[in-house]
Amino acid sequence: MSYSGEHILLSSQREGQISRFPAWVMLVVPLAAILFQVYVPLFFEFLSFLEMPLLVVVYFALMRRSQVGGLLLGALVGLAQDSLSKNPLGMLGIVNTLVGYFAASVGLRLDVDHPLIRLLLAFFFFLFHQFFYWLLAHALLGQQVAFEIQRTLVLGLLNAVVGISLFHFLDKLRKAA
Amino acid sequence: MESFFNRYRSITILLLAILAQLVLVAFQVKNDRDVRMIRVWTVTAVTPVARIAEALRGGSSGFIRNYVVLHDAHEENRQLQEEVGRLKLENNDLKNEMSMADRAKALAVFQSRTPSKTVAATVIMVGAGTSSKVVFVDRGSVSGVERGMAVVTPDGIVGKVITAYPTASSVLLITDPDFAAGVVSQKGLVHGTLKGQGTPICRVDYVPFEEKVEPGEWFYTSGADRIFPRGFPVGVVKAVRSAQPFKEILVEPSAMAHGLEDVLILIAGVHQPIPDTPPVNQPVFIGSPPPADTMKPPDNPGNAPPGAPAGTEADKLRAQYRDIGAAQGHKFGEGTPGSKAPDFNLKLPGPVGTPAAPAVPPGGAAQR
Repeated sequence: MSYSGEHILLSSQREGQISRFPAWVMLVVPLAAILFQVYVPLFFEFLSFLEMPLLVVVYFALMRRSQVGGLLLGALVGLAQDSLSKNPLGMLGIVNTLVGYFAASVGLRLDVDHPLIRLLLAFFFFLFHQFFYWLLAHALLGQQVAFEIQRTLVLGLLNAVVGISLFHFLDKLRKAA
Repeated sequence: MESFFNRYRSITILLLAILAQLVLVAFQVKNDRDVRMIRVWTVTAVTPVARIAEALRGGSSGFIRNYVVLHDAHEENRQLQEEVGRLKLENNDLKNEMSMADRAKALAVFQSRTPSKTVAATVIMVGAGTSSKVVFVDRGSVSGVERGMAVVTPDGIVGKVITAYPTASSVLLITDPDFAAGVVSQKGLVHGTLKGQGTPICRVDYVPFEEKVEPGEWFYTSGADRIFPRGFPVGVVKAVRSAQPFKEILVEPSAMAHGLEDVLILIAGVHQPIPDTPPVNQPVFIGSPPPADTMKPPDNPGNAPPGAPAGTEADKLRAQYRDIGAAQGHKFGEGTPGSKAPDFNLKLPGPVGTPAAPAVPPGGAAQR
């Protein structure tokens, strides 16, 4: 799909072509993102702000434009993250399921090859992820954790900037149309 | 019905997925039980990759460092600078290795001296999530690790095992908001409850305001929680604020000060008395010094007394050039471009590093 700097809404169905990826990419990239999250901060603690699994879920959901595929990928990645945390299983699963579903829904309507759109979507879904997780932890687990808005906004921006580069790299793994 | 499902297929699957996970969460919260199978699958899939990455880390970092060194040396194209740079880096590498060896040695010494039965473990990854205060270690139920066991280092307590998998365990760090442990102050033996805050600093709760606790004082485990045996260092008090009915005490955990790499899991803890002195003064095993005639040259020959043997080859070369310059009355860095350089092939009597007699002929002016 050719990049258009003029418009960000899809004017025709033909523009919203589904990106296809090799099976190994769909398996290895989420696994690598999870490994990045659990291994790299061990040596570079400042990188713990990166939500690589979330960015990967957003990317595949946006590009594949399949709501069912997006929510299933989100659920699997979220459950894997839950397994590697002290959370009850399902907390991050629910959040990532919703992220996958909504990202795929947005991908059906917007030109997701546009860098600005990608930046805004990565930023928005990070905030959505953090807020919804906080909401679930508050409502289901009774955790009295403060929602730090300023910190979340800054982290969202940082994740969005990293997300742009990550999305650009993952674009190269797409199957040629 | 079929057409209805087809029309709302996506939203139906979304609701089913959310509902299933809500039930999963509710089951775990209500019964206080974990769905262990899914966690075991994930941990078993991920930890081998983390172990391999950990094993490869040392080798690859050395390769990258060497490559950068060679690349820089090629660009500089100066033989002496290349030699000095390489030796300095080698020196740094050796110091790093010594530091790692010291930590491993301290852990081994602590393990042999502590009356508690322990098993050594390495931290292989951290828990998922941006605010996670959980780490995974490479020892699991196969090594005798069980849920609830204490995890310590020679510097202090680290956390407790919250899940033991066959080949790995997850450890809740003391900085996690869910963590709590019974502690006691060193001087006044004031009891309290250590709690994590999600930040590098912990707090001690339930210390009555009339009790005396001062900044700089150490806290130790009290043994009251039945997890940590009595007498393990926890941390030093950074701030004390008076409040009603309990004091606000902030403690900096001592085990986290230098990062976490190797830890000990207490398989069978033994209570110990609270020491009179802070843990920094605890005796550490130091081997006997080598004989005088095989003494290693000092690491920093620039500060060594005259005549002392130099450390590295670069230092020896530097000392030799300094002596040659002194012998010919030459001061390095003061010559103008085109002026005659000192004769570096001059043979000096005596060992390198000792001041030689000036080789300038009587009445001759020193070259500048």
